[in-house]
Amino acid sequence: MTPLPDKNCTAFTDALFNPNARPPDGLKAWHNGPVAKRFAVYRNNVVVGLIDALAERFPVCLRLVGAAFFRAMAKSFVRASPPRSPILAEYGDDFPEFIATFDPTRELPYLADVARLEWAIGRAYHATDATPLPLEAVRAIPANALGDAIFTLHPSVQIVSSHFPILSIWSTNAFDIAVQEVSLERGEDVLVLRPDLEVEAYLLPPGGFSFIAALIKGETVSAASSTDPLDLPACLGLLFSTAAITAIAA
Amino acid sequence: MMLDDRCTQNRRPAAALPARAGVGFKGLHFAEIIRSRPNIGFFEIHAENLMGAGGPPHAQLSRIRADYALSVHGVGLSIGGGTPLNPRHLERLKTLVDRYEPASFSEHLAWSSHGTSFLNDLLPVAYHMETLERVVSNVQQVQERLNRRILLENPATYLEFETSTFSEIEFLDEIARRTGCGLLLDITNVHVSAVNNYFSAEAYIDAFPMRHVEEIHLAGFSCDSDDLDQPLLIDAHCRPVANEVWALYQRALTRTGPIATLIEWDNDIPSWDVLHAQAQRAEALLTMAKKIKARRFHAVAQ
Repeated sequence: MTPLPDKNCTAFTDALFNPNARPPDGLKAWHNGPVAKRFAVYRNNVVVGLIDALAERFPVCLRLVGAAFFRAMAKSFVRASPPRSPILAEYGDDFPEFIATFDPTRELPYLADVARLEWAIGRAYHATDATPLPLEAVRAIPANALGDAIFTLHPSVQIVSSHFPILSIWSTNAFDIAVQEVSLERGEDVLVLRPDLEVEAYLLPPGGFSFIAALIKGETVSAASSTDPLDLPACLGLLFSTAAITAIAA
Repeated sequence: MMLDDRCTQNRRPAAALPARAGVGFKGLHFAEIIRSRPNIGFFEIHAENLMGAGGPPHAQLSRIRADYALSVHGVGLSIGGGTPLNPRHLERLKTLVDRYEPASFSEHLAWSSHGTSFLNDLLPVAYHMETLERVVSNVQQVQERLNRRILLENPATYLEFETSTFSEIEFLDEIARRTGCGLLLDITNVHVSAVNNYFSAEAYIDAFPMRHVEEIHLAGFSCDSDDLDQPLLIDAHCRPVANEVWALYQRALTRTGPIATLIEWDNDIPSWDVLHAQAQRAEALLTMAKKIKARRFHAVAQ
């Protein structure tokens, strides 16, 4: 039988996430005076530590909105969705969703999708290691066998689709000292992967998102090519040249 | 130790950490460590930072582990928690410890999870019979699963519990006695807790059950004040070790003799040279402790 949670820990936990709550009963200072500021150290450690973790995970979102706005937004998220795992690298998977519904970001409709791209980059960083198939091995597949081939993609491969130019926004904010102006006219789909130790991000050709999504499901190249429009040569060229394939079953 | 000696330790699990100074490993120091191959006693990592599947964190640690002794320090097991240990987390830890075969694994007398929420801080435990039995059972469960003795660290605390019936030292000693675990003595935590809870850090060091201690931690703290304007020190790991803590360390060394000592610096991380200099200061005190021990041994032998 699972023992009941310790009620003192439950009261302590509830007060940690409620900034207006009084410290739980049963705590004392050596002088028998108030313990509010002492308890606040724990509350501050919990919340600030989690905000810092999000700031590290979503640095471009931080640059887009500024530190003060980001930290206020992250604080709301932390209180609404504390982590479920002691591994902080896994914290924040629902942060993009939170941003999408966070009213003060209405002026920045692309922000949630940029956050999804940053989350994908982090996933690729920590993904299982695998050795890509050498380019010669990929090229050795006869053209007439390619349609029936099933690709195993690198475990780090992530794809993100957006109505906004998220790769352009991310690139200029991640690398440029003076941020370039980005036209919001067209959307961008992005391939993220880490074939070795560096995470890379590439713009997907037309139809690339659906094509790769189908390959990830284990479909053959021809079955995955049913999407329209699709620039198949460009998609295959990108997967080959980025070392995104670890095995081919023909 | 010569560089060549270090390289021959490749992958062999050490029985214990060397009685030398080590530092917390940070990825931003990796290139400098590989380039300069510093003569450091050991590196320590936080278990939870190495629980991703792959990527640079594991690539770097494998490289470090090939040349140096390693200790793994957990911050997420919640051994003092009010809910049972997370079995998935224990399995992840088992995988990590099996993979890197560290010389030691340590955790905290604290809790950091409640139910399904992870609270990302080392929260305080009341010291009474019910919590003692819970911690003892959790330590036993961890030691059985990891198939090794673990070390448990004394916490930095900002307040106390009305329900406590043990002193912290009695509580830790009883856990070590019942489970056979070792203890990790964090001298900065002693100083921080002593100021915050108004007891003598010197008396604490003098009374601590050193026979269980296998590692010492030293770190920087920051200063604040409480509701009555009394000093409130924060265990922030964000600056050099303070002089008061160095003095307490020397006091502890006279009781422990030379012992594995870690410089912890986790926030506002300095350049490698600054961190290394802290370790060299600890190493100098350890060398002095070794000489004293040798003299004492000589005196006894005569």
